Amino acid sequence: MSKNINVALIGNPNTGKSSVFNHLTGLNQKTGNYPGITVEKRQGVCRLPRGVKARILDLPGTYSLNASSLDENVVVELLLNKKDKDFPDVAVVVSDVENLKRNLLLFTQIKDLNIPTILVINMSDRMRRKGISIDTHNMEQLLHTKVALVSARKNEGIDVVKQHIAAYKTLSTAPCVAIDQIDTEYFESLRNTFPNQSLYKLWLVITQDVNFAKVERKKMEAQDAGHIRTASFLKRLQQKETIKRYQFINGVLKECYVKDFQKATDLRGRLDRVLTHKVWGFVIFFVILLTIFQALYDWSSVPMDFIDATFAHFSDWAKTALPSWLAPNLIAEGIIPGLGGIVIFVPQIAMLFLFISILEETGYMSRVVFIMDRVMRRFGLSGKSVVPLISGTACAIPAIMATRNIENWKERLVTILVTPFTTCSARLPVYLILISLIIPDERILGASLQGLVLMIFYLLGFAMALLAALVLHKTMPQNQKSYFVVEMPNYRIPLLKNVVLTIIEKTKSFVLEAGKVIMAISILLWVLASNGPSETFKNAPEEIAKTVSVHDAHYEQHLNAYKLEHSYLGIIGKGIEPLIRPLGYDWKIGIAIVSSFAAREVFVGTLATIYNVGEAEEETIKKRMAAETYSDGRPVFTLASGLSLMVFYAFAMQCMSTLAIVRKETNSWRWPAIQLFVMTAIAYLGALATFQYFSI
Amino acid sequence: MSLTLADLAVGDVAVIESFEVEQLPMKLIEMGCLPGNEVGLLQLAPQSDPLYLNISGAHLAIRRETAACINVRKLNE
Repeated sequence: MSKNINVALIGNPNTGKSSVFNHLTGLNQKTGNYPGITVEKRQGVCRLPRGVKARILDLPGTYSLNASSLDENVVVELLLNKKDKDFPDVAVVVSDVENLKRNLLLFTQIKDLNIPTILVINMSDRMRRKGISIDTHNMEQLLHTKVALVSARKNEGIDVVKQHIAAYKTLSTAPCVAIDQIDTEYFESLRNTFPNQSLYKLWLVITQDVNFAKVERKKMEAQDAGHIRTASFLKRLQQKETIKRYQFINGVLKECYVKDFQKATDLRGRLDRVLTHKVWGFVIFFVILLTIFQALYDWSSVPMDFIDATFAHFSDWAKTALPSWLAPNLIAEGIIPGLGGIVIFVPQIAMLFLFISILEETGYMSRVVFIMDRVMRRFGLSGKSVVPLISGTACAIPAIMATRNIENWKERLVTILVTPFTTCSARLPVYLILISLIIPDERILGASLQGLVLMIFYLLGFAMALLAALVLHKTMPQNQKSYFVVEMPNYRIPLLKNVVLTIIEKTKSFVLEAGKVIMAISILLWVLASNGPSETFKNAPEEIAKTVSVHDAHYEQHLNAYKLEHSYLGIIGKGIEPLIRPLGYDWKIGIAIVSSFAAREVFVGTLATIYNVGEAEEETIKKRMAAETYSDGRPVFTLASGLSLMVFYAFAMQCMSTLAIVRKETNSWRWPAIQLFVMTAIAYLGALATFQYFSI
Repeated sequence: MSLTLADLAVGDVAVIESFEVEQLPMKLIEMGCLPGNEVGLLQLAPQSDPLYLNISGAHLAIRRETAACINVRKLNE
């Protein structure tokens, strides 16, 4: 008895489905994508009693099987396709104790697909506080299934879920609602046309707007066009179906669910009155943002300096200690500084994900959506755009994926287009290193001046995003009525386990993805910097000897500078110098900018590689940048050039992965191309203006 | 003239009477926005839009334009 069984975890958003998943699988989980689309696919393994292994699939949260988004469609598609290798032997519907009625709607739909379906009622720890009591035994009889009361927070009841899963074969697959009662005539004719099919499955296929199972549907359309009626006819039937389901659910709940309103404490109401208040709501939101950015700056400098110094030492060590067949120069000057340029992010990225996951887990994010909707609509956005814009401070890629729950296509497209303006964590190291170079480490009214400048750049990113949205809003035609439905979940204390797992998962994938690009670019840069065409590069020692004596203390330095200038990299840099000179950059920064078009985070690593090539002694990147001068002794990094560089990075579209995701989500190259050119043009002009203004 | 959800004041409780199915997103109907169900207006965002509702236990927010499509009967306080 060692058959693996497939389990699908399904549930409404905000029911703690992921917590249940985390408890069932622990660290035995992996995240990927569904083939062809960028919906996140979470899978894990759970060991059941008697040696049975269950493959648990955590499906995207959905309110019903009438999918209205790509994420929701994944659920429907899987449940209707018996041939799918992930097709569940048993479905586990996770609901929460307070919204049981609404959650049961999804349960009855899944049960009616003839899949063995277990009901998990999560958050049972809140029952007493909310004055709720449930007769689970009675409920099991009425729903013809097994019910498990679970508290993911207190890790209670998970074993019961495992037992029910293991005994899935004993579950009844009787449907809850007889679908043909909705419209006898319509379903009778449907039955006559497809005598051997489940009526409810047919009905779902017909009402599925999204491109589910194209082949099957085509076949059906050809056979009988009469069943595909007008959209409004179908919608009317869907409403009838919903009413039928609620009638069934109300009947069940009347028998086994009691809520004593006397005992219920109204924490939600009291918190909502403050957090969604017309004035205080905004004040609190702003204070939270301010705190996050201050913390990001204050808490990350120590680990960052430590990482910076460690890599410098490590590189130094590698140069002398490694055997020559390992190419110590490539490792010490290319790979190690390149790696340092990515590892240095880890503290801030982890911290950003920490804050964002706390905002999401507590339920606060929905309140922000609520208070911001009216304001955001002026810019052609939705209140729901706030979530992508804020999570864009971590990374634009998940942020753009988070736009999927915006119902209106125009609002969604505008959000996708402007999200890359928000200050993502890849810009952070660029800002941090430049700020520490050009802004004095002073405090104003108790706040760090450097932290304030950082915050100004975050605000600049948001402001630019809003401005761009406004322009797009005014120029694009309004295409459809905008639907906007936001669930306001109950307030919760975030689960440590969920937060930690999110941080580990997101940071890991970010570092691995970005790390690959950075490694490749670092090696490429090192090769380009260490080789050059023709004799000028090879004859460097002779050329230098003409002006500087071999015994001069600075001979080595002069030689290396000369070599770099005449390397392939130097030639490329010199080539673009006229273009970037008006912005206040030298050709070395030019190279860093060019390589940053692959990914912004390459910037620091690139400068590290360029500056370190041929250096006799390793120094920290920051010291090396501060010491960098033009041939006449003027420092390269001044207030004007530093700010100009930061403005350039604030606006430019320098991220291949973002362009790829925009292409996927908009299904066209047109929008990423527009982003690339328009944003970069804005960046160039903005940087030009900044440099010229501060140079006076 | 019939009363709609958009005419309620914060704290009001009403019963949903009727609406045009095409005017509402399916999701709202599935969340329990159905004729006969009780609805309470909990909060209004700035400029009274969106509306924060409690529809027979489901807490959700919708925009004023959607709320104006839902006819209600106010319950006496």
